[in-house]
Amino acid sequence: MVAVRYQTAFKLYPYEKVADQDAPTPKRHPVVIVGGGPIGMGLALDLGKKGVPCLVLDDHDGVGMGSRAICFAKRTLEICDRLGCADPMVDKGVIWNVGRVYRDEREVYNFNLLPEEGHKRPAFINLQQPYFEQFIVEEIRRQQAAGAPIEIRGQNCVTAMDQKADHVVLEIDTPDGPYQLEADYLVACDGASSPTRAMMGLDFDGRVFEDNFLIADIKMKADFPVERRFWFDPPFNRGETALLHKQPDGVWRLDFQLGWDIDRAAELKPDRISERVSAMIGADVEFELVWTSIYTFRCCTMEKYRHGRVFFAGDAAHQVSPFGARGANGGMQDVDNLGWKLAAVINDGADDALLDSYHEERKYGAMENIKNSSRTADFLTPRNPAHTLFRDAVLDLVEHQDFARPLVNSGRLSEPCTYDGSTLNGEDALPDGPARNRPGSACSDAPLASGHLLDQLGGRFTLLAIDADVPAGLAGSKVKMDVVKVSAGDDATGALAERYLGANTSAVYLIRPDQHVAARWEVFDAEKVAKSIQRIVGGTAC
Amino acid sequence: MLSQLQTAPNFEKADDFYAALLAAHEGLDEAQMHALNARLILVLANHIGDQAVLEAAITVAKGASTTRQM
Repeated sequence: MVAVRYQTAFKLYPYEKVADQDAPTPKRHPVVIVGGGPIGMGLALDLGKKGVPCLVLDDHDGVGMGSRAICFAKRTLEICDRLGCADPMVDKGVIWNVGRVYRDEREVYNFNLLPEEGHKRPAFINLQQPYFEQFIVEEIRRQQAAGAPIEIRGQNCVTAMDQKADHVVLEIDTPDGPYQLEADYLVACDGASSPTRAMMGLDFDGRVFEDNFLIADIKMKADFPVERRFWFDPPFNRGETALLHKQPDGVWRLDFQLGWDIDRAAELKPDRISERVSAMIGADVEFELVWTSIYTFRCCTMEKYRHGRVFFAGDAAHQVSPFGARGANGGMQDVDNLGWKLAAVINDGADDALLDSYHEERKYGAMENIKNSSRTADFLTPRNPAHTLFRDAVLDLVEHQDFARPLVNSGRLSEPCTYDGSTLNGEDALPDGPARNRPGSACSDAPLASGHLLDQLGGRFTLLAIDADVPAGLAGSKVKMDVVKVSAGDDATGALAERYLGANTSAVYLIRPDQHVAARWEVFDAEKVAKSIQRIVGGTAC
Repeated sequence: MLSQLQTAPNFEKADDFYAALLAAHEGLDEAQMHALNARLILVLANHIGDQAVLEAAITVAKGASTTRQM
């Protein structure tokens, strides 16, 4: 039998017996994804839309209970736009721009994110993780109906695996007993305690932070504005920190730092939690507890995210502290990075070496996330007298001196990783081209007469030609490529020129299927473009 | 232009600065002194701004220690 590890919020893919279970020899699948969380489902949707047959195995039959991840960053929404599921997320999500930082009872400063103009998506939204997952699965269902080769099997638990030279053999348990499968490629998206990682005997190393945090998601009818509030040393949680954040459905996220030596069972008692909540929001405010949890955190990573034909993505590959919302957002960037590479190798004959670049680029991204979230933890949880001394010095100064604001670290919000130094990066030959769109960067959005730029990029290789001549259809290339021609005349706000041209009058950008810049020039040169593509997909595909 | 840490004497009035520094510490207990110095470091660091200069300054300060702590 398949063990039940958690309760589900939405039952989305109930167990059904399939023919593979009675097959005389194990059926071979091109891609098997283990784990049906946001990362596994996001990858399935990306692959399915690209026509790569994929099978998701999940040991449950729906989305787990509890808000868990609640902050989804702009880059994640842009990825979901490419996947076709961002609209319901943004419609449901809460957008906030004002943050207030308190020390004791005093507000020491506030800030307005004032997101840069000209982007289709907001800096981020707050949305409970079960909704995020549900919207991805709903888009998978629509794509399946349109013929996308995606299959989801609920209550299918992988119990053993064996990697062969050119495939992986899986032993799977179901309510009807065990069966075997084979996979050309296996992607483990099975979470921070990844059973796949354990079955392969692979290490997951890093730092454990000696602190506990209590999450209380509550429903209340109160006139709190839609803001993020963060407290250092508040009267209701002396010597520790606290956070208040808005979610959809009238739910608020309260987060209390508890310290290391706590009586976990006592702290989780509803009466104790209610006492803390009342002290924070006011004794006269009525509320209802929706979900509570105490978490400790660690920053860990695997050494390699690719092991032969097995890939690790999301929390299975790397785990960060929650500060800065770099867990799920980092995982969605894994999806973005791996999907097109697998598709290029499986469907378009790209070199296997392209798959190595998944580890190279996403390990780089994960280390950036771990660095940032570890620094936040050092600020929130000082580990020695020097940490405390300088943290307090920053907080003393910030009430009166604006210069100290950049030093206050209650979380550095997830940003798209720029793959500087990636082996896939080609020429950066646009004279003094804007740094934000240098090779390796995720393309910046810009509003154009034809709609937002990012809606016109991605899914395939794209040549973005800004007031540059590019021949229609690049003959002789096996790589499918779109050409998007835009002109300064379409750029009423000037955002395109500022973000892509600099002082140049024309530019040609080679953009990867994940909307990252591969190379850029002032004018089109067929040979240079071909060389850059060859650098990515290998010698045989051009 | 590459900024470099100024290690040649650069004080306008070295004795006056030193006296002001001592005067600021008058009447403080040890914890208050530490806190004052920490704030002062942050104020000065912001004024300098340049990361390479700041890191060079940390290196110089660490290297000048007379107690064996590193």
